[in-house]
Amino acid sequence: MKTYDAIVVGAGHNGLANAAFLAKAGLDVLCLEKNPYIGGAAVSLNLYEDWIYSNCSYVCSLLRPEIYRSLDLARHGLQVTPYGGGMTFMENGDYLGAYWDSETRYKEYSRFSKHDADAYERYSADTMRQCRFIRDFMMRTPPDPTSFKPRDLMELMAIGKKFYEMGEDRMYDTVRFWTQSVAEYLDEYFETDVIKTALSGSGIIGTALGIHSPGTAYVLLHHYMGEVDGNVGAWGFARGGMGAVSQAIANSFQSYGGEIRTNAGVEQILVKNGKVTGVALTSGEEISARVVVSNMDVKRTFMKCMDEKDLPEDFLHRVKNFKIRGSSGKLNIALDGLPTFPALPKGSPLLDGDMHFIDSMERMELAFDDWKEGTWSKDPYVDMLIPTITDPTMAPPGKHFMSCFVQYCPEKIEGRAWTNEERDAFGKTVIDQIAKYSPDFKDLILHVEIRTPQDIENEAGLTEGNIFHGELTMDQLLFNRPVPGYAQYRGPVKGMYMCGSSTHPGGGVMAAPGANAAREILSDLKRQNTVPENFGDD
Amino acid sequence: MSERFDAILIGAGHNGLVCAGLLAKAGKRVLVLEANDQVGGAAVTRPFADGYSVSSCAHLLYQLQPAVSKDLGLKLDYAAKKMETIALAESGNHIRYSGSEVDGVSDEDKKSYKAFHKRMSGFADLLQKYFNKTPPRLGTKDKKDLFTLAQLGFDVRRMGKTEMRELLRLIGINIFDETEERFSNPALKGAVSLDAVLGTHLGPRSPNTIMTYIYRLCAGHGAVSLPSGGMGSVTQAIAQAARDNGAVIRTGVRVKRVVVDNGRVAGVETEGGETLESWIVVSNAGPKTTVMDLVQTRHFETGFIRRVNNIRAKGNAAKLHLALDGLPSFKGLEKKDYGQRLLIAGDSDYVERAFNPAKYGRCSTEPVMEITFPSVHDKSLAPPGKHVMSAIVQYVPYGLHDGWDESAKEAFKQTAINTLAKYAPDIADKITAAELLTPLDLENEFNLPGGHWHHGELTLDQFLFVRPVGGAAQYAMPLDGLYLCGAGAHPGGGVMGAAGRNAAREILSREK
Amino acid sequence: MTIHEVPQKRLTTPFYPRLTELDRLNNWHSWKGYTSTDALYDPELEYFAIRNSTGVFDLSPMTKYRITGPDSLDYINRLVTRDMNKIKPGRVAYAVWCNDQGQIIDDGTIFHLREGEYRLCSQERHLPWLVSAAIGFDVSIVEETAEVAGLAVQGPTSFSILRTLGLSGIEELKPFGLTHFDFEGSELMVSRTGFTGDLGYELWIEPAKALALWDALFEAGKLYGITAIGTHALEMARIEAGYIAAVTDFLPAELTVRSGRSRSPFELGLDWLVDFKKPTFNGRRALAEEKRRGSNWRLVKLDIDGNKPANHSYIYTKKNGKRIQAGFTTSAMWSPVCKQNIAIGTVNTPYGNVGDTMQVEIYYQREMLWTRVMADAVVVDKPFWDPARRRATPPGNY
Repeated sequence: MKTYDAIVVGAGHNGLANAAFLAKAGLDVLCLEKNPYIGGAAVSLNLYEDWIYSNCSYVCSLLRPEIYRSLDLARHGLQVTPYGGGMTFMENGDYLGAYWDSETRYKEYSRFSKHDADAYERYSADTMRQCRFIRDFMMRTPPDPTSFKPRDLMELMAIGKKFYEMGEDRMYDTVRFWTQSVAEYLDEYFETDVIKTALSGSGIIGTALGIHSPGTAYVLLHHYMGEVDGNVGAWGFARGGMGAVSQAIANSFQSYGGEIRTNAGVEQILVKNGKVTGVALTSGEEISARVVVSNMDVKRTFMKCMDEKDLPEDFLHRVKNFKIRGSSGKLNIALDGLPTFPALPKGSPLLDGDMHFIDSMERMELAFDDWKEGTWSKDPYVDMLIPTITDPTMAPPGKHFMSCFVQYCPEKIEGRAWTNEERDAFGKTVIDQIAKYSPDFKDLILHVEIRTPQDIENEAGLTEGNIFHGELTMDQLLFNRPVPGYAQYRGPVKGMYMCGSSTHPGGGVMAAPGANAAREILSDLKRQNTVPENFGDD
Repeated sequence: MSERFDAILIGAGHNGLVCAGLLAKAGKRVLVLEANDQVGGAAVTRPFADGYSVSSCAHLLYQLQPAVSKDLGLKLDYAAKKMETIALAESGNHIRYSGSEVDGVSDEDKKSYKAFHKRMSGFADLLQKYFNKTPPRLGTKDKKDLFTLAQLGFDVRRMGKTEMRELLRLIGINIFDETEERFSNPALKGAVSLDAVLGTHLGPRSPNTIMTYIYRLCAGHGAVSLPSGGMGSVTQAIAQAARDNGAVIRTGVRVKRVVVDNGRVAGVETEGGETLESWIVVSNAGPKTTVMDLVQTRHFETGFIRRVNNIRAKGNAAKLHLALDGLPSFKGLEKKDYGQRLLIAGDSDYVERAFNPAKYGRCSTEPVMEITFPSVHDKSLAPPGKHVMSAIVQYVPYGLHDGWDESAKEAFKQTAINTLAKYAPDIADKITAAELLTPLDLENEFNLPGGHWHHGELTLDQFLFVRPVGGAAQYAMPLDGLYLCGAGAHPGGGVMGAAGRNAAREILSREK
Repeated sequence: MTIHEVPQKRLTTPFYPRLTELDRLNNWHSWKGYTSTDALYDPELEYFAIRNSTGVFDLSPMTKYRITGPDSLDYINRLVTRDMNKIKPGRVAYAVWCNDQGQIIDDGTIFHLREGEYRLCSQERHLPWLVSAAIGFDVSIVEETAEVAGLAVQGPTSFSILRTLGLSGIEELKPFGLTHFDFEGSELMVSRTGFTGDLGYELWIEPAKALALWDALFEAGKLYGITAIGTHALEMARIEAGYIAAVTDFLPAELTVRSGRSRSPFELGLDWLVDFKKPTFNGRRALAEEKRRGSNWRLVKLDIDGNKPANHSYIYTKKNGKRIQAGFTTSAMWSPVCKQNIAIGTVNTPYGNVGDTMQVEIYYQREMLWTRVMADAVVVDKPFWDPARRRATPPGNY
């Protein structure tokens, strides 16, 4: 029987990227996927007639340009188009537009406050500074601060040096930024509630924390550090839906001779004498490999697909207590036409971007209080987009696809499973909220897919439906991610690696965890590294 | 112009007195000016009803730094030491803990609590060492700063791999998750949660509450005691030590402003119009008050003012004082239990729910409480046979959404008493007088900014190098001759005395 | 409620109708969101109008703040590095303001309009900083960019034009002085200031009277070669005058992302603007420290061999016989009036002392062929263009 050099479990974007870099180095790599389609949470699915749904992840920005280039994704069919616009609808009938052009944004913010319109520039420079600080570490393996190995010490020194180079004043800002809540961070720049509200959303997306919870300023950064062609902080659509990202990486992988098998769910990662030997599929088939890489989140990997006795007790304890909380839901909607929003002038370019329907910091925080009580937000923070305005390939001409990301939505309702009635009620909450600002919206709906965290877990395999494979809190970042002492992509069993978003630098369609893991594997196998370094000074 | 001092201290709170005592001990001519008629700041004992007295702000002692006692030669009398904490259950099946032992929970939880307490105490010991040091500045080439940073790094590493990893993992997160991970008893989770959030604008689910929990353990690992004669006796003792060393303390003298001459401090001017000269002025007041009101912003640079202006101090802890005809009958409590520290904490969700309204400027509908009956130990506080109850009640926001007035106070007082009545049904009948001090009242009476114990929220973004603000964490303010010595400075509040002691050391080393 | 969508087009200034009438090139750019002209018919000829007759430049988009209140002097004194006590009503001061690290946030002009009433003009917007600086002061700060229209009237005949316009007493106005006139019932403020290093004035008026002022001015200037000009011509004149420009020669400190990219007043050769006799001002502590420790950068004015402009050039120096990189140019041009190849640049200390010869690496292109030259460049301390007429009071008749 054939023995692969490496098996990657899960054909999500990270799994595929990892597989691609390994294959590029000449390894014989097999990527296994339980679903009939590849992509994990970055998929384009045809769930209603001729509509294509980006039904999980829906926008692209964090994908590292180094990986994009190095895996030749453009030639493999990926095209990312940035979008501008976006707005926050206000209960009083007004709205706050998010314009791409800085002078127009100045004018828009000035309608509310000249002070805030000016302050945005400083806010933006300060936030960018933090982005630059952290972005360098995206394509690097976190050092172990408890280790005395030269490599760890050098990496720690590199972080220290970069920190030191910021200068005294900005070092303090950095200390504060990393520990502050997004609400407090914004309070230091802005005075207008709706402006703060509009900016605060990035601090909680995908996170089981409220805008007032310390640590959420970092989450904001996590959403800002992406870029589209050097436009840092910009977001874009993958032409053909987010599945195009996975497909392009898969094409790249296959071009290096890699092999993908779908409908091949892994039951168990096999271990013999403290060393990985391969995997057993749910079908009973066993495939052997020298290296097994898991793209699944740590809980799924170690609690479902490995034998407890093969794992160190303290490691397993940390995995069991790894925080991976379902806090977001999703509605995917097929529309018969473009809904109108009377608050906006006809033809407003703002429609191209993310639309939000919460206009105060108090409402943002109240949405979190519902989640804490084990139910979905009755007045949720919805990040709504109509990708078909930019990407016509996703729906028939004149028709539209709408993606609604919903914060907060728990994995369980008051500790028990969701009922169908509750799922429908959750959907209704979101639809009603949008319909308040768009009278013709409901009539245009042809099909709705409502996804609670439970549904996302069942389909995409994300534990609790957590989009980041684990909370982005300080105990689960950098050298603490996923588990202190195991942040360098190596599992606790020889030959076993982790490459999913549970590892540094975390979630979002970034592909950095997959790439970083590949670098470590190649180094262990004494193969030439195929993983690029970051572009630097951006 | 009148006589000249080497240093003038504004405010005779415990930190101001510690600082004054140590400066005087080093031979400085020191004058302490206190606006109120008695010394002590927020650690005072005063009457609140005819014949009844109480520690009117801080009411328990658990953080006083041994180094402070040693340096000043303090000898305190305790009415009670190492008090037990009893987390009250409506059913009367309370749990109790003291040190690392907990009763009324499963054996698993007992074991787990012991391990938890040990680990947290270990972290507290590390922090305590740095609480008694001046925080280093970051990014400088100063040898002292670099040495302290290196030492900190070394001390963290010296804890060993496991403890170091745990410290780095835990320091930024919340108490809620940790209690969920460790304990199964809801009341234990609630009580530990409350210990973490007392005196803060945080709920158990707020990241940072592990840090505030550790903070509580920094001296005696959380052992709580009750000084004889109330908290006022502690500050009286410190004041006496300061006087013995030659410090002059004048009460009833409110400082109007700090006199600044040609870009440096030159003395103070009192409300009475008196000008007192000194090249050093040390403020025990909050950083915002000191900078904005006592000195005025024009003597500082704008970036510094901006930072000071951003200091968050949202007090949520109110004080409830009850004069009682006799001890109320708490379900499940024995006579001796009234002398312990009682908590109303429910479970961690109860504590979190109490916090929720505070985020929106509203009071808890079911508040959490830390209750003591000091008169059980100390007969001097109430007429014979009568009793005094002193409770910290949370959450009561300083900035109440609709503003504080008598009816708002009365309404909350009733809420608090109703909550107590769930545990002690006859309490309402025993009350002969009641006093509620909201954070606003605490600000007015004790000059606590925002009514906040710590003069500024105790979160990592206002901690260590960045307390009160980055670049000014070394007690010296960016105005020559001006120092801070209060809770707004490193390490923060609580009757600890570290800030005052550190400030004194810093002043002596800088102003030779 | 009706919501008006904000205009996404550039705004126009009150003088825009007249500028479009004169415009033959359709070369416009955005200046803080306002439509501003690069050049109306020929940048070089417009430049010569400044040096030979009078160029008129629309500076309405200049950011303006009105600062009033009992504490306004104390406030401004704490804000900027120079001593504002010396700037009496009717005087104008060039000033820089720093953050606490002694790094320049921006430079600008401060007009002491009347006792306790100031206008601050700058390239960039600074409301949050100005508001933060006002904490604890009894002052009011109002952004009034759109409320005041401004014209720079610059060149040797500018005095004659203003006199013809009927501004009696204008001859007594000294450099950096300001005075008020009545113009058709509105207040016209005239300051003897400018960005050209030549004789010149700036006129400030409410927008409603802007066109009437323009028309009267051009009528008065008919015989004196009055010419509307664009940014390009002005930029040439300011480099000759040795003036630095925000964003070009230095970056506003609050908006730099990378460390070490901002500059202190010392590093821009503005020592004369820093008055340590003031006990408190923003940046004082850091600047005092820099004074003790020495600066990292130095601004240099370079007189370069040859005639190839040294745009975006590295500046080299000799150290121990070896050529090392010392800095780079930030503004450079061939000066038509001085017949000199000039540049403003920034170099590491201790290099770039006045009188030193440095080398500048110039790339130029002739018919698609790129050539690299290393040209000698002498560090000079005076402005490249500094005619006596600039200061003469009363100014001469031309």
